[in-house]
Amino acid sequence: MNILVLLKRVPDTAAKIKVAADGMAIDPAGVEFVINPYDEIAIEQAIQLKEAGGGKITVLCLGPKAATKDIRTALAMGADEGILLVDDTAGRDAVATADALAAAAGDVEFDLVLAGWKSVDTDDGSVTHFLAAKLGIPCVTLITKLELGDGQVAAHREVEGVTEVVEVKLPAMLTVQKGLVEPRYTSLKGIMMAKRKKIDERAAEAGEPKIRIRTMTPPPPRPEGRIVGEGADAVPALMQALSDEQKLL
Amino acid sequence: MGSGVLCIAESAGNELKKSAFELAGVGQRLAGALGGPISGALVGEGISGLVEGLGKRGLPKVYVVDDAALGRYTSDGYAIALKAVVQAADPAVILLASSAMGKDLGPALAARLGCGIISDAIALEVVDGKVHATRPVFAGKAQLEVEPADLPVVVSVRPNVFEPAASGDGAAETVAVDADLTGEQIRVVVKELLEPEERTIDLTEADIIVSGGRGLKGPEHFHLIEELAAVLGGVVGASRAVVDAGWRPHTEQVGQTGKTVSPKLYVACGISGAIQHLAGMSSSKCIVAVNKDPEAPVFKVADYGIVGDVFEVLPELIKAVKEKKGL
Repeated sequence: MNILVLLKRVPDTAAKIKVAADGMAIDPAGVEFVINPYDEIAIEQAIQLKEAGGGKITVLCLGPKAATKDIRTALAMGADEGILLVDDTAGRDAVATADALAAAAGDVEFDLVLAGWKSVDTDDGSVTHFLAAKLGIPCVTLITKLELGDGQVAAHREVEGVTEVVEVKLPAMLTVQKGLVEPRYTSLKGIMMAKRKKIDERAAEAGEPKIRIRTMTPPPPRPEGRIVGEGADAVPALMQALSDEQKLL
Repeated sequence: MGSGVLCIAESAGNELKKSAFELAGVGQRLAGALGGPISGALVGEGISGLVEGLGKRGLPKVYVVDDAALGRYTSDGYAIALKAVVQAADPAVILLASSAMGKDLGPALAARLGCGIISDAIALEVVDGKVHATRPVFAGKAQLEVEPADLPVVVSVRPNVFEPAASGDGAAETVAVDADLTGEQIRVVVKELLEPEERTIDLTEADIIVSGGRGLKGPEHFHLIEELAAVLGGVVGASRAVVDAGWRPHTEQVGQTGKTVSPKLYVACGISGAIQHLAGMSSSKCIVAVNKDPEAPVFKVADYGIVGDVFEVLPELIKAVKEKKGL
């Protein structure tokens, strides 16, 4: 079973985000970048499937050259090979990203594609659908459980509090949600082994974005709030604010 | 080239969702500014009866795909059906809610149409005949203003942000669309639905959310959060810390690796306010924070704060809400 895992390098969720002077992207100064937390879950799931049944895991990443470090981390966790599509252009949209990923995925043999259900930077969640469509495979999103069958997978999707049990034939794209598996830490042995694993680096294919960025701005500031009081004694003041000022009660 | 706006209405339990009325509201404004027609779309099984409700909200024409193959949601089935609707209606802008379903369906539909998608829009304007949309990124730590390079474009709209269209005495014409669905086209088969004992509304669509954090000191104290949510008519949320600790299911997590929410009222209890949590909830209309640390970052985004122990404040607050509502 060969698995292709998508990986994106994103700012850590603990990072403060500042808009760059040009007003088109974030200012990366002082921001720590990490593997998209959902992609990390996808990598872990791929490794567990490989540990159970063998196969090869290829990590595919579109991003700046610095993303080599993140691919190396995935290799240290247990993936076998990496492909980095070097892309420094800001403002590549989901369609243009999927186009470049699809071109590279064409060179990889896979039965299954795993990825996070969205990246925590653009919060878009559509690249996987566009890529699946390009590759001509079905896409199952938000999975929290995965069982491999004969030429197919069974998965749980959690939607609005209900768990859907679905089946899909391979090859397929599955996007993962928190709760599926816990990503492992890299071991010293894994880190040493990862140094000898191959990362194929090439330029990302240029793409035509369907959605153009006009500006990036900080969120509008919230109106100044107030402390209504201390302890249980403050409850009447809060109740009054919620009913009289906010008309919520 | 197409013109006007198509609103994809979502329903649950044979009732239109509030998000459908929000789409009708923003859709009419956009269609007016773009100078094109407004219409609705309903797909599913046995949903034709919902057309009337959309007519009352100002959608004069509703395209319906009523098909047994659409009894359960699948991205394949719904996207195929809606592609047929889009071909019939020929809109410039296709609106749907950025709900749990919309987050899956929107990109699946855009991929089939070969067009772009703007996800989770919180503002939509027409400037010089062009659609400009604002969408939060980094869970709300920044926002982007974007525009489609060409049309049509799919736009998913964040629930609870736009004013719903008022109910009037309008009527809608039904246009039945045959999507020619065959079983083989639906590649993902839903075998079973595992229903929880009590079905709750998804956090992204909830009007009121009461969230608990580490200040609750243990999962056994979350009944306070549940009670307050129940008396307020809201749903339960949680911070990442308590989800990671296994106190609460990850489906309740609010924040950058959980759900980004915009309820009318967000009550943060015993949550100090890590930056990734604040990002996920700071677009709420009214924020209340209860925390014993007066320096907690959550007070910086709260409209109203109570500095105090959740174990003292919450029982009193539950009692007060009950009295106020006559429960």
